[in-house]
Amino acid sequence: MADAKDLRGDETILKIENVHMYFGRVAALAGVNLEVKKGEIHSIIGPNGAGKTVMMNCINGLYKPQKGRITYKGQDITARRPHERASLGISRTFQKIELFGGMTVLDNIRLGRHIHLKSGIVSGSIYVGKTKQEELEARKFIEEEIIDLLEIESIRDHTVHMLPYGLQKRVELGRALALNPDLLLLDEPLAGLNLEEVEDMARFILDINEEERWKVTCILVEHDMGVVMDISNRVFVLNFGNKIMDGTPKEVQTNPEVIKAYLGEEELYATRR
Amino acid sequence: MTVSPIEVTKDLTIPKLFLSQCKRYGTNKVAMREKEFGIWRPYTWQDYYDNVKYLCLGMVGLGLKKGDKVAMIGDNRPEGLWTEMAALCAGGIGVWLFQDCMMDEVKYIIDHSDAKFFVGETQEEVDKALAIKGNCPKLEKIIWDDPKGMRNYPQDFLISVKKVQEMGRWMDKQEPGLFEKLINQGHGDDICLLFYTSGTTALPKGALLSHWNMLTMGKNLMAVDPCYDTDDFVSYLPFAWIGEQMMSISCGLQVGYTLNFPEEPTTAKEDIRQIGPHVMFAPPRLYEGMTRQVQVKYIDSSWIKRKIYEFSTKVGYKVADLKFKKKPVPVTWQILNALASLAMQKKLKDHLGMSRLRHAYTGGAAMGPDHFRFFHALGVNLKQIYGQTEIAGISIVHRDGDVKFDTVGTPIPETEIRITEEGEILSKSPSVFQGYYKNEEATKKTLVDGWLYSGDRGFIDEDGHLVVFDRSKDVMTLKDGRPFSPQYLETRLKFSPFIQEAWVIGDKRPYIAAVMCIDYAVVGKWADERKINYTSYQELCQKPEVYDLVQKQIEESNEDLPEPARIHRFVNLYKVFDADDEELTRTSKLRRAFVENRYKDIVSGLYSEADVVHMDTTITYEDGREQRIRLDLRIRKVHL
Repeated sequence: MADAKDLRGDETILKIENVHMYFGRVAALAGVNLEVKKGEIHSIIGPNGAGKTVMMNCINGLYKPQKGRITYKGQDITARRPHERASLGISRTFQKIELFGGMTVLDNIRLGRHIHLKSGIVSGSIYVGKTKQEELEARKFIEEEIIDLLEIESIRDHTVHMLPYGLQKRVELGRALALNPDLLLLDEPLAGLNLEEVEDMARFILDINEEERWKVTCILVEHDMGVVMDISNRVFVLNFGNKIMDGTPKEVQTNPEVIKAYLGEEELYATRR
Repeated sequence: MTVSPIEVTKDLTIPKLFLSQCKRYGTNKVAMREKEFGIWRPYTWQDYYDNVKYLCLGMVGLGLKKGDKVAMIGDNRPEGLWTEMAALCAGGIGVWLFQDCMMDEVKYIIDHSDAKFFVGETQEEVDKALAIKGNCPKLEKIIWDDPKGMRNYPQDFLISVKKVQEMGRWMDKQEPGLFEKLINQGHGDDICLLFYTSGTTALPKGALLSHWNMLTMGKNLMAVDPCYDTDDFVSYLPFAWIGEQMMSISCGLQVGYTLNFPEEPTTAKEDIRQIGPHVMFAPPRLYEGMTRQVQVKYIDSSWIKRKIYEFSTKVGYKVADLKFKKKPVPVTWQILNALASLAMQKKLKDHLGMSRLRHAYTGGAAMGPDHFRFFHALGVNLKQIYGQTEIAGISIVHRDGDVKFDTVGTPIPETEIRITEEGEILSKSPSVFQGYYKNEEATKKTLVDGWLYSGDRGFIDEDGHLVVFDRSKDVMTLKDGRPFSPQYLETRLKFSPFIQEAWVIGDKRPYIAAVMCIDYAVVGKWADERKINYTSYQELCQKPEVYDLVQKQIEESNEDLPEPARIHRFVNLYKVFDADDEELTRTSKLRRAFVENRYKDIVSGLYSEADVVHMDTTITYEDGREQRIRLDLRIRKVHL
C-alpha cells in the first residue's frame, strides 16, 4: 500500500470552537477546539467514553452542543439540522451499522443519493426529460464510482441483513459516498472486521481521500492504532471530553501524556499488525 | 446461419483469421460483450479490430518483435483477449498465467519464458510484476489496464493499455498499413502460444503451440459439434487454461460467436444465467459445484417442492439411462419426462444458466459417473472431452446420442488413438504440439514420431470409445493384485454434497483408506440445523456427528464395490486441499506425491491401530504470517 501522502491545503474545511456538550451533569465535551484542513485524514482517538462519537454527532447535527460554534466552509452550521448539513456535503457512517436491513444494497446506496435528486413525484412517475436524465446520472454515479470502487458488484441485489458484517460496513460507506460528500465522518469503520477486511477498508479510505475523483476530507474515529497512525495526517487525542493534543501521528505517539491516558493501555487497544 | 466456410491451411494464422472475420462482420455484429457497471456493453467486430490494432502497434512501438513473449495475467475481460490478439498480430507469443498464481510461480514462468512484456489487469498484478522484476532481467515493460490504485506508481517501465493504444494510433499515422503488413508476415507453423502445464509432480513445463495446432483443433471440434455465429459463449474460466483458449480463440474466431465476459469472477454465476450460453466447457469441479448447489437447495426446500423434485429426477434418471443404453424411450416415459421437464427441469436449468445450452463439455480432469448421470437426467447434453494442453486441448469427445458416462468418447477428425502394450494412451493429430520450451529431454519423452505420449492409462472399449483409467503413475495395485484407480473412488465420493475433496490411498497396502475434506458451507449448515456448535473448520470436521455423516457417505459409495476396493478407514482433514499450498494443481488436480509426503503422519496413522493421529504443523498464510496448528485427528473405521 502506498504511504499516506500529505494532501492538505491551507484551507480550513471545518472548525470546532469551544464546544460543550453535557448529558445531565456529565460533560461529554468540555470546551473542545478542532480545526480540520481540506484534504486531510484527521483521526480522533481516545479511550472508550472519551467523547469521540459525541463529537461526530455534534459535527453532523445529531446533537446540538449547549455551547460553542461549528463552522463548515466558513459558514456557521451550529444551528443547522442534520439533513441541511448533509446537503452541504457532510456525510457519515455509524459505529453500529444503521442500514435498512430489509432493503437491497443498491437501494440503500441510492437512498444516500436522494438528497441530490430534484424531480418530484409526478415527473418521476412518467420518467421523461430532466427526470430521466437525472436518474441516468445518478445510476452512472453509483455504479461507476461507488460499486466499482468498493467492489460490491456481486451483492448489489442482495438484501442487506443477509450480508456478513464486513460487507455491511462497506455498504454503509457506499451510502455515505452516494451523497458525494466533501467531508466524511467515519465512526469506527474497522471495528469488528477481520484482517483482510481491515486492509480493504483502509485502502478504500485512502482511495477516497487521495483519488482525484473524490478528494474527500475524512474525520476518522478508530481504535486500530496501526491503521490510524498509518493513514492519518493528523491525530486528535480526546480524554473525558478534553483535548489532550492534536498533532501528527509521530508527535502523538511520543507524547507522554497521550501514552499515559491512552496508548498505555496497550493490551486493550493493541494494534492488529 | 451456418458454420463458417473457413478453410484452415498451413498459411492461415490466428491473426489472419481475425482480420478476415473483422472485415466480414465489421460493425454489423457483436463480437463480445462485457458486463460493466451492471450493464452488458457490446463491442462489435470493428471495435475489436480497432482495439487490437492500436494495442498491437503500440506494443510494436515499445519494442515488441516477432517471437517475443508477452506474459498476461488477469480476469476474463475484453482487454485480456485484445492483448493476446495484439501480441499474436505482432508475431509475438502469448504466455498466460493463472490469476491466483503465487509469486514464485509467476517468477518462474516469467523468467523461464523470457517474457519481454508483462500485461496485468490491476494494481494487484502490477505489484506481482514489480516484486519479481529485479529477478527477471529480460522483462522490459509492464502494462496495466485498470487505473484503480495506480496513482502512486511513478516507474517509467509501467504503462497503461490506453497509453499503449495512443502510441499505436500515432504509429498508424506514421506508417499506415503496418498492422496488416505484420499480420501477413505470419505463417501457420509459427508459434502462437506458450502454455505452462500444471505439473502434478514437477515444475510446470512450457508447451509450444503453433497457429496450425490451434486452428486445426478448433476446426475438428466444430466438425463434430457445429456452432453458429448467432451463438453465445460465456468466457469466465482462466485464459491460462487451454480449454478457454479453445473456446474463445480457436472455435470462437472460426465460428464468430459472441463472447460474453462476466462483470467480476464473483458475479459469473448470475451473469451466465443472464446470457444463457449455447455452449459451455468447464472442468468437472464447476459441474460438481452446480450439483452440490442443487442438492443443498433441495435439502432446504419445502416438502412439496422436494416431492416434485424427487418425482422429476426419478423420471429424468430413467429416461437418461434408457438413452445411455441406446434403447427407445416408451411413450409413457416420454409423457412423464415432458411433465418432469415442465415441473422442475426447465426451471432448474434456467437457474444454472443452461436453458439454451446445446452442448456442455467437461474436461481437464475425471468426472464421476454420478455427476454425469445427474446432468443427463436434467436433460443437459453433457459430454466428455479428453485431451491435453500438448494436443491443443482436445483429441476425443462424445458424439451426440452416443454418450457413455464411463468413457470419454471417440477421436475427433484427423486424430488417431493408440494404446501401447503397457496401456498408455497415445494420440496423433495436426494439433500435436511443437515441443516443450527449453526442455529437450521432456520433449523427447513425450513426442515420439509424431505420437503424443499422454502418461494416462486407458483402453478402447467394444464400442470404440476410449476409457481413461487414470494417470499411469497414479494407478494403484490392490491387495489381490488388481489395478485400481484412486481417482474413480474419489469422484464417486465427491458426489456427496458434504464432501469437497477426497484423497484415496492404498497402493500395495492391506486395505484402502481415505483422507476426506468436508465442504465447510454445506456441513456447516447441516450442523447448524442440528444445533451442533463449532467455531472453525478444524473444530467442525472433528465432531463425532460429522464423522458419522462422512462415514455414511463412504459406506454408500462402498456398497457396490468389491471388498478389496472398499474404503476401510478414513480421517477428516483439518483443512481443504488448496492450490496455494501446492496440494492441488491450478486446475484442481490432486498432487499425490506431494500430499503423501506432507501428510505422512496421517497416512501411517491410517495404517496402524491408532484411533487418533496427532498433528503438529505450521501453516503459512499468503501474507507471510505463520500459525502453528496442534490438534488430534480422529481415525474412523468403516462398517464393511
